[in-house]
Amino acid sequence: MFIKQISVFLENKSGRLAEVTSILGGSNIDISALSIADTTDFGILRLIVNKPEEAEEVLRKNGFTMSITNVLAIGVKDEPGGLAKALKVLDGANTEIEYMYAFVSKKDDEALVILKTGQPDRAEEILKANGINVLSSDQVYKL
Amino acid sequence: MLYWNQSRECMPREEMQKLQSERLKKTVKRVYHNVPFYRAKMQAKGVEPEDIKGIEDLSKLPFTYKQDLRDNYPYGLFAAPLSEIVRIHASSGTTGKKTVVGYTRNDLEKWSEVMARTLVSAGAVKESVIQVAYGYGLFTGGLGAHYGAEKIGASVIPISGGNTKLQLEIMKDFGTTLLACTPSYALYMAEELEESGIKPGELKLKSGVFGAEPWSAAMRDEIERRLGIMAIDIYGLSEVIGPGVATECPCKCGLHVQEDHFIPEIIDPDTEELLPAGSTGELVFSTVTKEGLPLLRYRTRDISSLDYEKCDCGRTLVRMSKVTGRTDDMLIIRGVNVFPSQIESVLLELGETAPHYLIIVDRIGKMDALEIWVEMTQTLFSDEVKKIEDMERLIRKRVEETLGISVKVKLVEPKSIQRSEGKAKRVIDKRKL
Repeated sequence: MFIKQISVFLENKSGRLAEVTSILGGSNIDISALSIADTTDFGILRLIVNKPEEAEEVLRKNGFTMSITNVLAIGVKDEPGGLAKALKVLDGANTEIEYMYAFVSKKDDEALVILKTGQPDRAEEILKANGINVLSSDQVYKL
Repeated sequence: MLYWNQSRECMPREEMQKLQSERLKKTVKRVYHNVPFYRAKMQAKGVEPEDIKGIEDLSKLPFTYKQDLRDNYPYGLFAAPLSEIVRIHASSGTTGKKTVVGYTRNDLEKWSEVMARTLVSAGAVKESVIQVAYGYGLFTGGLGAHYGAEKIGASVIPISGGNTKLQLEIMKDFGTTLLACTPSYALYMAEELEESGIKPGELKLKSGVFGAEPWSAAMRDEIERRLGIMAIDIYGLSEVIGPGVATECPCKCGLHVQEDHFIPEIIDPDTEELLPAGSTGELVFSTVTKEGLPLLRYRTRDISSLDYEKCDCGRTLVRMSKVTGRTDDMLIIRGVNVFPSQIESVLLELGETAPHYLIIVDRIGKMDALEIWVEMTQTLFSDEVKKIEDMERLIRKRVEETLGISVKVKLVEPKSIQRSEGKAKRVIDKRKL
């Protein structure tokens, strides 16, 4: 039940972010979450979109280097300590998080967070077993 | 002391030609009988040693290319057995394989002789204190200058390159009078000198011999002004002997070729035709006294011209103009030969990168800097910064191991490096020489 995340390689130069987002917009693809990891020379744009396959196709066609990565989307209580609870569960099971970022929008009283771990199967199992809401791809893509 | 060897350096042209002719005939015989490569090459051209009666027959002889040294790596072109070779040097080649050169005891003696002439033309005398800040090792710069300085009877400081603070301290405390290093390093030292608080007046430095990389007249002016010295351009390449092939005199109007040892020619690099005196073209050398690795008509790829007019300094040795460029894509960075193809083969070996790359050379401060842009590919890409940075580091490490100099690697977006229809533009040289 993983979410497909689009990761795009971008050089640190002006206009690149605008280009990616306008290509997606032009194909009627909706972005529901994003994050940028950057260094002085380059950045990696990570996106959650409603139509990942279409996004991949259109970005490749436009010459971008990209990959699709399986990530987890979880809903945590939108209150102090809500995220900490989920992360403690993973930490207790020695499951490392490679990176994470939050959704732009939220769902009812839950805040949504994207997690990338080395062992997504195990992480999902642990989270579910501990009563953390792990969202299905359908749920996420509809956001 | 004006000259080290007046009879040779001021020899009338006719006598010089006679001497060159005799020596050329001997060298041709030597390589024909001792080096299968040359025998085959001459036979293919239908030339026998007896056909070479003097330097007027030089153009009947085959050329030697850097590729030939590579194909016969390491010792295939040696004309003396290893039992007679007493020294081996090497410089970088185009595929990472080095160009290997060997010297007999007599060769070292000749090398010392031409370097002694070089240093004397830059003002060296027995009392001089000569600081050799060229690298010692496989590179010919350090030991070449060292032996020449010892031959004069000067006091040699074999400090080698690097450790600039110590260089300046020794220069001041030991009373260095002549500095030998690359011009970019000389400028760097001048800059550090200003920072160190040592006044040029506290130094005894009078002159410097600078070479192993191209430099401009403006750079000479700057070195002379900042260090308060006379800066002399020297020329050499390991295949021919190392430093000492040619040197400027205080007139600074071209570099006198030590032509009793190395006969220069200028050819059209495309047609390989010999060009008349004064024309600009590719410089070609035939060594006529070397025993270990004599070379016939070696294609240097350096662009220059020759002037046979007698110089105001009194020397009659032909003058080659300062090298203005090359006919191939070799770059000289901090005195090290770099071929774009070396970088290409590293990228291909790693197998993860398409061979789309761009080499950017710049002079940051006083030092040459090399940056390599490599296009990101699908297989190289990861959604984790750490993995991409690891890949950058790996490319950098491999390139540095191959070239022997530090570089910066930058991964860029696919297709962002300009494609060209013909010969790919691999190098952007921003250095202002």
